[in-house]
Amino acid sequence: MSAVVFARHAMTPAERLRDAAWVAFVGLVLGIPMVGLTTVDAGGRLGVETRFGLLAAVVAAVFGGRLLLRWAIDQARNRKLERERASTATAADRASGALKLVNFLGWVALGTAITLPILFSDNRYVVDTATTVLIYVMLGWGLNVVVGLAGLLDLGYVAFYAVGAYSYALLSTQFGWSFWEALPVSGALAASFGILLGYPILRLRGDYLAIVTLGFGEIIRIILVNWTEFSGGPNGISSIPRPSFFGLDFTRSPAEGEQSFAGFFGLEFSPMHRLIFLYYLILVLALLTHAFVSRLRKLPVGRAWEALREDEIACQAMGMNTTHIKLSAFAIGAMLGGFGGVFFAARQGFISPESFVFTESAIILAIVVLGGMGSQMGVVLAATLLVLIPEFGRGLAEYRMLLFGLAMVLIMVWRPGGLLAHREPTLRLKPLQQSAPAKEAAR
Amino acid sequence: MNTPATTTLLSVRQLTMRFGGLTAIDDLSLEVPAGKITGIIGPNGAGKTTLFNCLTGFYKPTTGSLRLNHPRHGEIRLETLPSHRVARDAQVVRTFQNIRLFPKMTVLENLIVAQHNVLQRASKFSIAGLFNLPGYRRAEAESIARAATWLRRLGLEQLADHAAGELPYGIQRRIEIARALCVDPLLLCLDEPAAGLNPRESAELNDLLLYLSGELGLSILLIEHDMSVVMRVSDHIGVISYGRKIAEGTPEQVKNDPQVIKAYLGEDDDEDDSEQRTHAVAGGANP
Ligand SMILES: Nc1ncnc2c1ncn2[C@@H]1O[C@H](COP(=O)(O)OP(=O)(O)O)[C@@H](O)[C@H]1O
Ligand SMILES: [Mg+2]
Repeated sequence: MSAVVFARHAMTPAERLRDAAWVAFVGLVLGIPMVGLTTVDAGGRLGVETRFGLLAAVVAAVFGGRLLLRWAIDQARNRKLERERASTATAADRASGALKLVNFLGWVALGTAITLPILFSDNRYVVDTATTVLIYVMLGWGLNVVVGLAGLLDLGYVAFYAVGAYSYALLSTQFGWSFWEALPVSGALAASFGILLGYPILRLRGDYLAIVTLGFGEIIRIILVNWTEFSGGPNGISSIPRPSFFGLDFTRSPAEGEQSFAGFFGLEFSPMHRLIFLYYLILVLALLTHAFVSRLRKLPVGRAWEALREDEIACQAMGMNTTHIKLSAFAIGAMLGGFGGVFFAARQGFISPESFVFTESAIILAIVVLGGMGSQMGVVLAATLLVLIPEFGRGLAEYRMLLFGLAMVLIMVWRPGGLLAHREPTLRLKPLQQSAPAKEAAR
Repeated sequence: MNTPATTTLLSVRQLTMRFGGLTAIDDLSLEVPAGKITGIIGPNGAGKTTLFNCLTGFYKPTTGSLRLNHPRHGEIRLETLPSHRVARDAQVVRTFQNIRLFPKMTVLENLIVAQHNVLQRASKFSIAGLFNLPGYRRAEAESIARAATWLRRLGLEQLADHAAGELPYGIQRRIEIARALCVDPLLLCLDEPAAGLNPRESAELNDLLLYLSGELGLSILLIEHDMSVVMRVSDHIGVISYGRKIAEGTPEQVKNDPQVIKAYLGEDDDEDDSEQRTHAVAGGANP
């Protein structure tokens, strides 16, 4: 047994040949019916023809491919081992390296996000896609509180997104509320729904929690489909007012006595103005979300969420009320999802239950998991990837989702902990070495 | 805080805990004096951990009562409280036989989480915390200072910023004790703290326990298999077997109690074996 285990680390050439021969044999066995034999139409009757030449080629390819694969794996392993041996870096060095990388990525992402609409000011497609990325980033950060920090697997997050979107849609179309008036109220409503969902499932964990939250998401969607008088049913709600820029609308011909954005600034009307405004709006909302969540993480609540994820029983033994901690995670996560929903409704101008299906929950969850549970920067990377991959795959038509799945599998094989699995402590007794003089000076 | 030697901190009265047909604790009564170390010993499966679980609110006893004589709040019936209130309000704090740290968090964070209630109050529903107001900043600095004090006392200072779950077993045991101390316990309940420690670490644990009870006047309830620890540090020992208390007294008395020797041997053991085991129990105090 141990011989096999050893052999897996670095095979001798003979072992590699034997391994490849074995795999080629399996290929041959499978290949005979699949490749070696084929049916032909022989004058109205079905005949069997052999294709041994092709079969031989396939088996040879399998043999060569396997040989190459094993060799590549061994090379990669050796290099990794060497690197590990050679690295005299302490854990602190590595931690500060990871921190630097994350910070660097953060500044690059922020710079890109701010300049993007300036560079692509007449490219509707780019600005639209970037807005979608930011919505997912914001939702990812919201769900990150529940799943990444508190460790509560929530498969129905889209429900809070829907609550936010419908709250704004109804408040604005029925009562004439503006975007900025409706935003906090919708967030509060979503948070209440978070608590509402949280209560019955306080005792559930893991799979059971996932199933119930999944059900909750579906219940909200089904209510929206069926309660026609309230939500417009499957037809949804249309002509939702768009947010204005401090009272200035983005219209070609403003209503009597009002001014439009273009008119006020003396610009020529362009439909891009509104798109760019919406883009910056979600950027600001997302950045506020980021600042809020990052700060919460360093506060007692945030540490309590992480402690809850690590060990609920130990939390109780430390005198922590886990009920409050769970509910606060659900409420904050739901509120952020609700804000995302308000923006979504305002951007689309039209919403229907179809926008809030389980797939959305799954994508947001995938963003959190791929990003590296609890990692804020990871969410940005994962959201960008998960929105862009299907976009780039448009040319591939029906293979698009296949590409999407493949990318997810590859990421999880390559980085099982997520793209950025590094966890930065919320506080340190001793500041990191590199930054020590700076911190000392700042005191 | 000097309490007279006679004060009873906790009295367990006729405690019974049944799981279906199994009686894990059977009509157990026990007094835990304040400011002393009380050892609880007994063979595997005797019900020691179950006693801790009843005491700290993780199990609801079938019958019986657990009365804590709290210096500020008066008598507290522990069996009526949920586990987090036992730790927070009654200040009875425990460790676990199978260590339960927050593995991905650093050692320092583990100790800060233990001060959650104090910090949460200072953060005023996170509002004061979000804006980093002076009141919250002060509370946070105090909590770090308190954690640092315990880390220094337990020789963990160098490891403060390491993930707790990546450290060796013996160190994790120490972290768990440091974390429990950060909750500000009145009664510290340790479930086999010496399990898995090497002799040197065991000796250090002895010193620590004597320091906590001798210098700080902390009351400690100690479940332990390692006789070298329990016999040396305990002021008083209770012996449990099959959920019943079979003996009680000073280490010396307990060591020589025929009932105890029998319980540790099993009744069917033959002469030779029992002689050997007697030595094991009696000689346990000498390393
Ligand atoms: N939650 C439980 N459900 C059923 N039986 C339990 C439970 N907890 C403990 N027991 C049983 O109670 C008895 C005492 O266990 P325990 O208190 O862990 O013993 P120990 O003295 O070794 O710590 C054992 O027989 C154990 O199987
Ligand atoms: Mg036990």
